[in-house]
Parts: sequence; C-alpha cells; structure tokens
Amino acid sequence: MNSFKLSLRMLHRDLRAGELHVLIFALIISVGGMTTVGFFTDRVQLALSRQGNQLLGADLVIVSDRPLSQRYTGEAVKLGLNTSSSLKFPSMVVKGDDNILVGIKAVTAGYPLRGELRITEDIGKAASYRNDHVANGIPSPGSVWVGEKLAARLALKKGDIIEVGEARLIVASQITLEPDYSIGFINLGPRLLINAIDLPATGLIQQGSRISYRLLISGNAGLITTLRSWLQPNLTSGERIQGIRDARPEIKAALERAEKFLSLAAMASVVLAAAAIALAARRFTMRHLDGCAIMRCLGARQNEVLYLYLYHFIILGLVASVMGCLLGLLAQEALVYWLSAMITVELPWPSLFPFVQGILVGLVLLLGFALPPLLNLRSVPALRVLRRDIGISNAHSLTGYALGLGALAVLFLWKAGDVRLGLSVMTGFIVAIAVFGLLGFLLIKTISSVRSKAGGTWKYGLASIWRRANSSVVQAVALGLGLMALLTLTLIRGDLLQNWQTTLPSDAPNHFLVNIQENQLQPLQEFFKQNDILQPSVHPMVRGRITSINGSIVMPDNYSNARAKRLLKREFNLSWANEIRSDNQIIDGEWWQSRDKGKAVLSLEKGVAKAIGVKLGDTLTFDIAGSTFSAEVSSIRKVDWDSFRVNFFAVTPPGILEEYPTSYITSFYLPENQMDMMNQLIMTFPNFLVIDVATIITQVQKVIEQVTKAIEFVFLFTLLSGVIVLYAAVISTQDERIYEAAIFRTLGAKRRQLISAWVVEFAILGGLSGLFASMGASALGYVIGRFALNLPYSFNIWIWLIGLFVGVIGVVAAGMIGTRSALTSPPITVLRRVS
Amino acid sequence: MTDNLIIKPIVQAISLTKHVKSSDTQLTILQDINLEVSIGEAVSIVGASGSGKSTLLGLLAGLDIPSSGKVYLNGEDIFSLSEDGRAELRGRLLGFVFQSFQLLPVLTAIENVMLPLELTGVSNARKIALELLGHVGLEARVNHYPKQLSGGEQQRVAIARAYVTHPKLLLADEPTGNLDSSTGNQIVDLMFELNRERGTTLILVTHDETISSRCTRQIKLVGGKIED
Repeated sequence: MNSFKLSLRMLHRDLRAGELHVLIFALIISVGGMTTVGFFTDRVQLALSRQGNQLLGADLVIVSDRPLSQRYTGEAVKLGLNTSSSLKFPSMVVKGDDNILVGIKAVTAGYPLRGELRITEDIGKAASYRNDHVANGIPSPGSVWVGEKLAARLALKKGDIIEVGEARLIVASQITLEPDYSIGFINLGPRLLINAIDLPATGLIQQGSRISYRLLISGNAGLITTLRSWLQPNLTSGERIQGIRDARPEIKAALERAEKFLSLAAMASVVLAAAAIALAARRFTMRHLDGCAIMRCLGARQNEVLYLYLYHFIILGLVASVMGCLLGLLAQEALVYWLSAMITVELPWPSLFPFVQGILVGLVLLLGFALPPLLNLRSVPALRVLRRDIGISNAHSLTGYALGLGALAVLFLWKAGDVRLGLSVMTGFIVAIAVFGLLGFLLIKTISSVRSKAGGTWKYGLASIWRRANSSVVQAVALGLGLMALLTLTLIRGDLLQNWQTTLPSDAPNHFLVNIQENQLQPLQEFFKQNDILQPSVHPMVRGRITSINGSIVMPDNYSNARAKRLLKREFNLSWANEIRSDNQIIDGEWWQSRDKGKAVLSLEKGVAKAIGVKLGDTLTFDIAGSTFSAEVSSIRKVDWDSFRVNFFAVTPPGILEEYPTSYITSFYLPENQMDMMNQLIMTFPNFLVIDVATIITQVQKVIEQVTKAIEFVFLFTLLSGVIVLYAAVISTQDERIYEAAIFRTLGAKRRQLISAWVVEFAILGGLSGLFASMGASALGYVIGRFALNLPYSFNIWIWLIGLFVGVIGVVAAGMIGTRSALTSPPITVLRRVS
Repeated sequence: MTDNLIIKPIVQAISLTKHVKSSDTQLTILQDINLEVSIGEAVSIVGASGSGKSTLLGLLAGLDIPSSGKVYLNGEDIFSLSEDGRAELRGRLLGFVFQSFQLLPVLTAIENVMLPLELTGVSNARKIALELLGHVGLEARVNHYPKQLSGGEQQRVAIARAYVTHPKLLLADEPTGNLDSSTGNQIVDLMFELNRERGTTLILVTHDETISSRCTRQIKLVGGKIED
C-alpha cells in the first residue's frame, strides 16, 4: 500500500467532511498568534533599539580620549555603514567682556546619524521651542549653534560674534533638541556646537587638551554587530564602544524588561498553542477510533494505520503552519500600520526567523501533542467493530505527553532567548500540569461524591463531570494552563507598567543644579519659594579620588576592567547622609545609626564596588583637595539609577566629610511653562552649573510609552489565542454531549433541564480551571517578577477573583454556544448519525 | 461425506474457549468449541442474546484472542500470527458485514467501498467499487455520505465493501438486526446472491430463525457451548 498517497486521499476526505476544522483552526490561529508576536517583537525590538539609538545619535559610538585610528572608519565604510565624527571638550567662550565655560562639540557632516537635531532662529526667546525645526545638516563653517543656557548667559542674538579660542564665529541658531546630550563632565554647562572644519582655527586642540573623540556609526543591525565583533579585539586602551545599552542605563533597563516581557508573551502563546493543539488532536483521535478499527478489520497493519495518520499530521502541520505564518505576517503588518501613529521611527522589515520558527513550532507542537493519541490509534483493537465499548488503550499517553512536553521545553528555551527565564517558566508549567492534574482529579472525585445528595439538574451535571472524569481533568488542566498564561502575563504587565510609571513619574526631576555654595543655600531656597517651585532636597558633595585600597596604592592602569580604570582615574562625588534614600537598597552590611555620627565608614554603590573589586570591610583612602581621608566600607548599596535623582557612589555618615571643601547639588522638576525661570536662575547664581535632563526624560518617557503600547498589543494577541483554547476545549467533548442530549430529550428531558445540567457541568469545569489558573499565575508571577524581571512582587487578590470569574463565565458561555446545536436538532437525526 | 473429507475446511476451530474476568469472578463466554466450515458452505450461528455468538465470530475472524484453543483459517493457525499478520490475513481472506454497518462517516458510499482496495494498493479501485455498487442497486447514491442513506442502503454499501476484495469467507454479525423485516429480507437475498455468484463461504450470526433456515447448516449456541 502506498501509505502516503492513501494518506493524502484520506486527508482530503477528512477535510471535506469537516473533520479537521478544529485542528486546522487551532493550528493556524496558534501559529498565527505566535508568529504575529514573533514578527512584531522582532520588528519592535529593532525599532525600539533604533529609537533608543536616537538618544545616542548613532547605532554605535567609539569613544576615546585620543584621536581615533582611521582604520575604524575604514572598516565601517568597507561594510557599507555610515560614519560621522565628533569631538567634545570644555573651553571658554568670550563675547565682549563676558566669558563663560562651555561644552564645545565639533561635528562633521552627517551628524547625527540617528535621531534629529532641532534648532530655532529665535535665539534667546521664550517661545523659541515653538518655532523650532529639524536642522538640515550641521553649522556651516564659520558659524555656531548655541545651547539655551549659553544664549541666556551671554544674551546672544542671531549674528553675534563670539570668540572660541583664537577663532571668531557667528551665532546662527539655537539648539532646541540635541539627541545625544548626556550627563557627564564634559556636558556640564552650556553647549556650543561648531563645524569640525573650524577646529584648527580655534587653536584649542593641543597636546594635553581634555578632549573626547567620538566616531558615530549607523546602518544595518547585522552589520553593526559584525563591526562590533571586529572592533572588540582591535580597540586599544582608552577606547571603548558605546551602544545604547552601554550609554543609557535607564533605557537599557526599560528595553531589557520589555524584551523579556515580549519573550514571555511569545512563550505564553506557545503554551496556548500547545493546549489548543493537544485538545484538538485528542478530539481528532477520539473521532477516528472507529475508522481505525474498521481499517484494522479490513487488513491494515498497525504501522500502516500509524503512517497513514502520521503523514496526515505532517502534511496538515506544514500547510496549517505556513498559513498561520502568513496570517501572522498579515496581522503584524496591520499592527504596524496601526502603531505607525505612535512609532516615529520607520519600522525595519522583520527577519525571516519568525517564519521558520513558526513553521517549526507548529510542526513540533502538532507532532508532540498529536503523537500520543496517534500511537494509541495504532493499537485500536479490531474487535471494536463488534464491541463499540472497547476504547483506546492509553499505553502511550505518558511517554507521548512526555515527548510533547520535551518538545515544548526545547521551544521554550528557544523562544525565551534567556535560559533563566525559559527554565523558570517551563518548570512552572510542568509543575502546574502535575499539580493541576492531581488536584483536578481529587476535586472532581470529591464534588461527584456529593452528587447523590444533590437534586435535579445538579445531579446530572455532577454525574456528567464524573462520567467524563478523564476528559474533564484534561479540559480543566488545558483551560487552566491557558488562563494561567494569560493571567501571568496580565500580572507581569501590570507590575511592569506600574514600575515604569513609578520610576519616571511625570514630575521626575528634570534639572540638576551643581556647584551650589553653602552661603547660596538660603537665597536658593527663597528663589524657589518666590517662583512657586517645590523645595527640592539639597545634597552635600565632596570630590575625591581613590588613592589606596586597604593601604595599597591604587594603579588604575593595572586594572583590566575599563570601567575600573575610568573610575579610579577620575574624581568621585562623595556625600553624607543620615537616612538611606528610598531609591537605595542595602544588599550587604548595614546602614549606620545616628550614634555612628563621625565614624569613618562609608556605603559604596554595588556597581562601583564590583568594578574596583572592593568588598565589605575593605578600607578606601581618598585624596580630597590634597588631604587624605580613609573610611571602611560598612555597606554595599543598590541604586536605582533609572530615577534621575541625585545619587552618589560613596556616602558617609554626617560628621566626617564636613571639614573638606563642600559644594551642594540638587535636582528638581521644572514644568515646561516655567522654563523662563531658568534664565533668571542663571543670572542670579552665575556660578551654578545647570544640567537640563528634561529632553532626555521626555525621550526616555517616549521610549517607555512605545514599549508599553507594544506590550499591550502583543498581550491582545495572546488573549485571542486563549479564546481558541477555550473553543478547542469545549468542542472536545461536544460529540458526547450532543449524543447524550439526544437520549435525554428522547426520554422527555426539557430544554431547560438540559441547559441547567450543562451550566452546572461547565461552571464546575470553568471554576476548576479558574482556580488552577489563579494558583499558577500567582506562583509564576512571583517567580518571574522576583527572579527574572527584578520587580517587587505584591499579592494580588484580584487575580483570584478574575481567574474564577473569567473561568466560570468564559467556559459556560463558550460551552453553551458550542453545544446549542444539540438542543435544536431533532434527537432522531443525532441518534441515527451515531448508530 | 467423501467430498467433505477431500475439501479442506476454510475455517476450523479446535477447543476454542474464552473466559473474561469480571471483578473477582471469571465468566466463561465460550467453552470448548469445535467446528469446521467448508468452502462454499453457508453456516448460521444462532442462539439467545449472551450465548456467545458474536464472541465466536470475533474469534473466528481473529479480531479477539481466545483463552485457549486454535482457529485455522484457510489452513493457517491464526493465533500463531502476530496482530499484524492476522490483519494481513483478514485483508486477504475475509469480508465483514456488521449489524451497525460500520461505515466511515467521513467517506462517501463509493469511498467506503474503495477503502479495502486502497489499503491493498489496487489501482482501479474506483472502477471496481462502482461496478459493485451498481450490483447492489446504489449507482445513484455513490457520492452520498452514510448519514444521507437509509439503514438498508447503508447495509448495501457495507455488503459491497465486504465483497469488493473477493473474500473467500464472509462473516456477518446480525446483518439485519438494525433493519425492518422487509428491508432485512432484501439484504439477506442480496448477500446470498453475491455469495452464490462469487462462491464465497458465509458465516452468519443471527437470532432470526427465517434467515438461519436459508443457510446450509445451523450451529446453535447455548450458554457458550454448541448444542448438538
């Protein structure tokens, strides 16, 4: 027998008779949902990192304090990437008798490669932001663009001449948005943007000048990765690569959490797909028992029956998966269209990877979960043709489902792209299946044992649950798993969004004031009061450099870690405080008590401690303005850098640092309509360094907002897959139910009685799955939040209520819709069909 | 008698016994059955409900395994064969007609008849099936699904399917059990007609005396034993 040909023919016949609709539907929607998530995630991830890259002005930046080798540019150009370079350094700018220290940035054509530079010609005017536009290019040779603060301090107008070193340059525009503005020493103070061509004329580039050289690179993500790996071994000391993640910790955290969430959503859709396919495959085999028995009776060998259906499933799996992938492609395109209003960057075309992944996942899931019932079909006893009560043996169920779970496990690790996250979710689901199964059986048994005491329709409802105990447990577990995936996602999503909102509230500090002197504290307080601005907390700041650790002199160049080198070469900001800040968390040691005032101890930030290899109990010695200061590390702190508040690497108790030269620092929120106040502030306190992070915060908030939208969308799609599971679950026992209804109705049961009995049955089933889902989601939500996403966990009673409510209402509604035909078709039709 | 000695029996059951375990007791369904059926014979197995008729038929077809005893089909000891060996033997030698027709609901009438031929890879299955459906008077219904056919029509399709492989032995389990007497008679007529035409041996399980009397020999089962 040519099994393949016969299989094709049988497939066609099954298809024609509508036997495969549920399975195909489940497969297409599952694969479709999964690939939509896959494609979309792929594109959103690319888009998000590109969006993030706007904050860097490029996809990749090489930074050095020495001129960069031409080889880097050469290699980037060879790969077909775009390049541009910039130099940043502090210098004095003079206008007439007035002068000021500014951060100069000299750029070459093409800058910025990502994001946009916006300028205005209304220099120094309050309304300047409203009339700004995208800068087409960079300042022309001989002209400069000035930052808002510089314009205010020197009262600049368009056409004014300023002296930059030996060069005299014309003020042409004011910068309103600089994409790669970042907090750092060189950026302190007002900004001046000049054309790199004018640099030699200024005479400012000399041996020993403090200059930061940057090479900006942009282009195809794959090529950027290639260049990155080429660069890594070729960089010399003092040179480092900056991607968005290296440069902006707050964006890094947001992106990484969003990516993890999207992986989770993808994994949830895999679980939903598996549940739907397992249920649909089970129904398929149940309906094919008789056919197999007849074929065995007509002489088909066991393996022939197996191959017949195996080919069946492979062909079906391939076709449905491809269709699912195409659906996914279409759906994500629609999604992108919808999102285009929000995502300002052009979304890159997705890679083909989700397509291949979708087909493989579809096939693996189908075979993984359809194989166990298939292996059982192979051994349907031929005697079933004489004795219909002889069912299927479940000999292969355990090994078979183990195979399915194994396949699912591999898919999980693959889809998660993060072993820890994948393993925790997978273990969660496996434990859940075992616990749900056992609990389901016990609960059904308990509930059924009271059926003799129940009256009327309850009795029949309970009896039905018990009669279909196995099916009921399978249905409740599958539904429970699906709902659990959805609830977990809901829980995590809520936590994630809330966490971001708390991290960056709309009134997050957007201005830093540095270099406040002690005698200015009082006048500053009054200034804030006059201008109706909330009094911010002011922190003392002492600058010092680490000279020795535990008595050994520190040699920065002996450290292999680039960060350690940088940290040890420059001056640290030290501060003192009585209480620990709310965005700080002690992870080792203890914060001091008030009686420890004056004790030479300090609390060190975790990242710094790790980089320079310092642990609890070590003694650090600092050079503070020529004096020596030593203190023992008494605690290690974790600092939430996403908060944009003032934070310090090293903090001591009060009473020891006060004797050293101290300045103060503060951060505060200035609403956009009060920006004019900044000019007054700069005039009143000319020695202040003002750092404006409003632009950065707006950009970060924009990125987070887009990540949020993306997450909401992906969630919606996962929800749709959940509906398919519900459909597959209800339909899996539909045949039996229709047959029973026919018998009941023949025996005189009224429609109302039947409906009540089913409502009881479905409600118990839904209640069980809701209970399982809430249990699982609470546990899994805790594990994922705590260990994978580093989010604080809070117990959520709503999850239990929602789980039970959605379970009961959803299953009852779907169940009644699914079985309504049993109430309308004449019993004789059903009975004749079955016989 | 001399002829019977020369003609090899197509079915031979020796000391066939079947017990089933029911909770803690053991029920004997068939006990020490010995029978021979020769080629061309039409044998009916009769008896009350629960006398073991269907069990005996299942054992003779190798659909079930006996507790002890042997069955030879066309000279082959079927229980020395594997499950697949027996399936192959069934495909080669046997045809079945059941009380509940056992048509595949997803296949049309002609596809149901074609199925045994397709399983053995016969190339012109459609043509052969079509001829036979014509023979049983269903040429106008070939593309109908079982649920669109009456009981009698469904049984005709089942008979066509049983004869399409030219079986040496046809086993029928209460073929008229689900039909009214007039339709039942037509079905039995059809079976006997095809049986004669094709020289098939027939073993028929029934509790209908009239049908049984049309067979060449009757075997009566009482409490799992052949009544002499």
